[in-house]
Amino acid sequence: MAEFEPKIVAFVCNWCTYAGADLTGTSRIKYASNVRIIRFPCTGRIDYMLLLKAFDEGADGIIVSGCHPNDCHYTSGNFHARRRWIMFRSLCNFTGIDTNRIKFSWVSAAEGAKWADIVNATVKSIRELGPYTEYKKVAKYPEKEVNHG
Amino acid sequence: MVDLIKRAKELIESSSVKVVIGYEQGTGNKTRALFVENSEDADKLIFDSRCIQNLAAYITKKEIKEKGKMAVAATLPVMRSIIQLASEFQVTDANILVLGITPESKLIEFGNLAEVEKFVHQYEIEIDVRNKEMLDKLEKMTQPERWQFWIDELAPCFKCYACRAACPMCYCSRCTVDFNQPQWIPVPSTELGNLEWHIMRAIHLTGRCIDCDACYNACPLSIPINLLTKRMLLDAKEHFGGYQPALKGEHLMSTYKPDDKENFIQ
Repeated sequence: MAEFEPKIVAFVCNWCTYAGADLTGTSRIKYASNVRIIRFPCTGRIDYMLLLKAFDEGADGIIVSGCHPNDCHYTSGNFHARRRWIMFRSLCNFTGIDTNRIKFSWVSAAEGAKWADIVNATVKSIRELGPYTEYKKVAKYPEKEVNHG
Repeated sequence: MVDLIKRAKELIESSSVKVVIGYEQGTGNKTRALFVENSEDADKLIFDSRCIQNLAAYITKKEIKEKGKMAVAATLPVMRSIIQLASEFQVTDANILVLGITPESKLIEFGNLAEVEKFVHQYEIEIDVRNKEMLDKLEKMTQPERWQFWIDELAPCFKCYACRAACPMCYCSRCTVDFNQPQWIPVPSTELGNLEWHIMRAIHLTGRCIDCDACYNACPLSIPINLLTKRMLLDAKEHFGGYQPALKGEHLMSTYKPDDKENFIQ
């Protein structure tokens, strides 16, 4: 059987991580192709429901990334987001959602290499964890559609 | 509660308030909310240990607001809810009079909300021993065990939304769970949908829940959904130093500190 290819959804902010991921490409840095990037105006816009929906739709892992603290294009979006992530992550942990599958990071527009590292590390760790069957079982997401990255 | 009946009568007769919200004998051994609009009805007012419903849930209702100024027989959790609602601009001194009932079952009338605030700040929000034990037990479980625990606990939930109706903080005219474009949460009761609904509820109550347990008491299946909000309460304490409902100042989740600490962002 072919190696399990995890589906990773990345929720990134337009101003830092998206530009950073762009830099990864223009710098010709090769990284895992398992990631689907969704661009947001700001990390402050990344609703926790979207993360739940990503798992619902068959994601095995999630990356949430934006500007470093004090670098937000809108001054405070990432600070607000950070507070929300702290609470949301704890609630996920409490309800038994596997928090190892949600990676939070700060990647600036200049950190193309860091983005590649984050994605590669996430893919590696999710590959070890395997498909998120626990969640898919209750989401009744058809297994066959999930495994082909 | 002779004092309460007497005071309610005075208030209604002098027309200083239009409606007094309190408790009356309900069916079986239960109590229910009573809306006193004429002085004869005031005789039905009771207060005892069975009066655990959070009456603050009514003060944001259009039907009650329309009547005019109200007085509420408020226990400590109800007073906390009122202060939180006032801080969210849902109620002001002009439309509420708080007839406080102290934890020692004494009646105190407050002149304004600032006095109520001062009174509630004497008491910390504390989680009772039984729930604390349950939280500790869950904390000790492994992640898959916790997942199974919640899936099993929430599976019988048929989304009657009694928890939402009982909660004074759930006053949005349109709740996320009612949205269908996009359909955030499936309408029928499904294992995942139920979990999503209760996660959503807990998140929206983060930094606002005052731990009155009205949601749990209202649940016809006695699902321990209050554990979720209790956990959020503890987290707020752990990460941001906790909160007390206050008339002035920022809300926990609508503010931030540049040096908020976490250990999971790479």
